[in-house]
Amino acid sequence: MADSTAHVSRSRDLDKLLLRPGHLVGPTFDPGTELRDDIQEYVKILVVGAGGLGCELLKDLALSGFRNLEVIDMDRIEVSNLNRQFLFRKVKAMQPCPMSNDSNLMLIDLSIALVRVLVLLQVRLKDLRLQDVGKPKAEVAAKRVMERVAGVNIVPHFCRIEDKELDFYNDFNIIVLGLDSIEARSYINAVACGFLEYDSDDNPREETVKPMVDGGTEGFKGHARVIVPGLTPCFECTIWLFPPQVKFPLCTLAETPRTAAHCIEYAHLIKWDEVHSGKTFDPDEPEHMQWVYSEAVKRAELFGIPGVTYSLTQGVVKNIIPAIASTNAIISAACALETLKIVSGCSKTLSNYLTYNGVEGLHTKVTEFVKDKDCLVCGPGVLIELETSVSLRKFIGLLEEHPKLLLSRASVTHRGKNLYMQAPPVLEEMTRSNLDLTLFELMDKTPKDIVHVTGTTSKSDKKTSLSMKLRLVFKGVDGVADMDMAGGA
Amino acid sequence: MIKLFKVKEKQRAENPNGAAPIKKQSAGELRLHRDMGELNLPKSCSISFPNGKDDLMNFEVTIRPDEGYYLGGTFIFTFQVPPMYPHEPPKVKCKTKVYHPNIDLEGNVCLNILREDWKPVLNINTIIYGLYHLFTQPNHEDPLNHDAAAVLRDNPKMFESNVRRAISGGYVGQTLFPRCM
Ligand SMILES: [Zn+2]
Repeated sequence: MADSTAHVSRSRDLDKLLLRPGHLVGPTFDPGTELRDDIQEYVKILVVGAGGLGCELLKDLALSGFRNLEVIDMDRIEVSNLNRQFLFRKVKAMQPCPMSNDSNLMLIDLSIALVRVLVLLQVRLKDLRLQDVGKPKAEVAAKRVMERVAGVNIVPHFCRIEDKELDFYNDFNIIVLGLDSIEARSYINAVACGFLEYDSDDNPREETVKPMVDGGTEGFKGHARVIVPGLTPCFECTIWLFPPQVKFPLCTLAETPRTAAHCIEYAHLIKWDEVHSGKTFDPDEPEHMQWVYSEAVKRAELFGIPGVTYSLTQGVVKNIIPAIASTNAIISAACALETLKIVSGCSKTLSNYLTYNGVEGLHTKVTEFVKDKDCLVCGPGVLIELETSVSLRKFIGLLEEHPKLLLSRASVTHRGKNLYMQAPPVLEEMTRSNLDLTLFELMDKTPKDIVHVTGTTSKSDKKTSLSMKLRLVFKGVDGVADMDMAGGA
Repeated sequence: MIKLFKVKEKQRAENPNGAAPIKKQSAGELRLHRDMGELNLPKSCSISFPNGKDDLMNFEVTIRPDEGYYLGGTFIFTFQVPPMYPHEPPKVKCKTKVYHPNIDLEGNVCLNILREDWKPVLNINTIIYGLYHLFTQPNHEDPLNHDAAAVLRDNPKMFESNVRRAISGGYVGQTLFPRCM
């Protein structure tokens, strides 16, 4: 492939978006070569996950003109990633909707155009090779994209997302998620929302907003969403979108298995413990998986149940369903495009959740979910100004009188430290001595910080239990945090 | 947002050691904090925190049934609360080896709200009450310990004496149960 041709065609497509004015552009859009160059120079993007979707995202972002990319993933390439034959997961319910709207159609148009461009360029990362088995996914993905897309620099991080310091994440302008676990999404969401600060009028401070673009696929279904903390709903605001995984009753597994999945879960959850007392099952250990598989086969033979295979075992235990390359391509294209739109303002961003369903025919829909204004993760909380001399006991009393709270019997927690717990008695006893200390001291003399309180509120004449986020500001304390205090929690 | 990103990038280059933000509590920890602050246990149940007051995600619950077959016994359960709580239920195991139709010898517990019937509106209090009821009303219809369930169903008198033998420390069939009273 002649590199120069690819380069010209690549920038030509981007130039159409970035160099010309348009009528669907965002309010801050300022077209021109400076915009294109600034995107290359100043924008730093983190891709979380280097699986099927993550690889696709890296490639699409690189081809969309971003030059400073990093990718984080803790997995190594397995043989099963090459021939991808995982199966099984209970199908998630999609919200039925008979209508689509204009912005939806426009988005699909753009996405399809982008997919076409990318396919024409013949960048095919998906053909992971046999010699890659055992290597970190992040490193191989970064290398492959850099080999094929001139000018892009991709730094791989082969580790768990929890292993990185928070300022690692703060360095990026946008975080793009290509993950398959809700735990990991929730973690990144909490990190990104954790940077968000509000001003005294409860408006998000723009320079603390860390946008996220989240993609997810499951077989023929997928979603792409834009999360701008403080402005659009965060992951926790809409946690109910992710139905909990169905868990079979243990006694059914033990007594009356009816399906191949029951036999596998029996071997995984009950038989494993019986035989390996104290040793935890590790789903990434092929020997463990093989053991569960062979036990599941025995169990299935005993009850005359067909269908236990090694790949089904992996699917049930690791909760994986087959990856469809084209679903990943479509979702990734939508995510890359949204990222470009957030950065450049070249078009209005997706507002705010796109679902794609290719199971029967093809159906897409954009839903504008609303923010939970009381969200403990992304919401502003209640601003409270305090004297540094206020004791914890007095503070708890103030919460009862505060017109926005009317919170009685409050328990207080700060950065993972439980300052006071009303119950159970054992915790009350352990925290009682804090009551007569000043809150300022208990919070390591931080001039302003978030605390969380829970208790009972008598607002609207009904007693309800309540968790609240409070933004405490101590009066008369210098606004600059002492560096020594940053290490807590 | 490119203008903002540009400004920030320039600032970062000039001042690479900005104030490090601090770890925030997860949504699961905050919800658990609320559950704990509202905990209201019957006299026969108590809770302890082996890792101290700041680790609420791992704790133990001790149940001393005040009626029924298991009167006089002391049974300890370990709770591991996952980060996605209450989206996902806690993992609960019985640390005390017990002769019980709904608890197997590895400590797995068959309680519907711990698996198939878990809902995010339920809480730690509900689970502890559920566990307590397993001792006052053991149930032969959802067996994890098949032998114990069959004896309970066919011969309650013998079940009662088996339970007495198990909690005072002794053999039931081939299985030795350590004393737990
Ligand atoms: Zn939120």
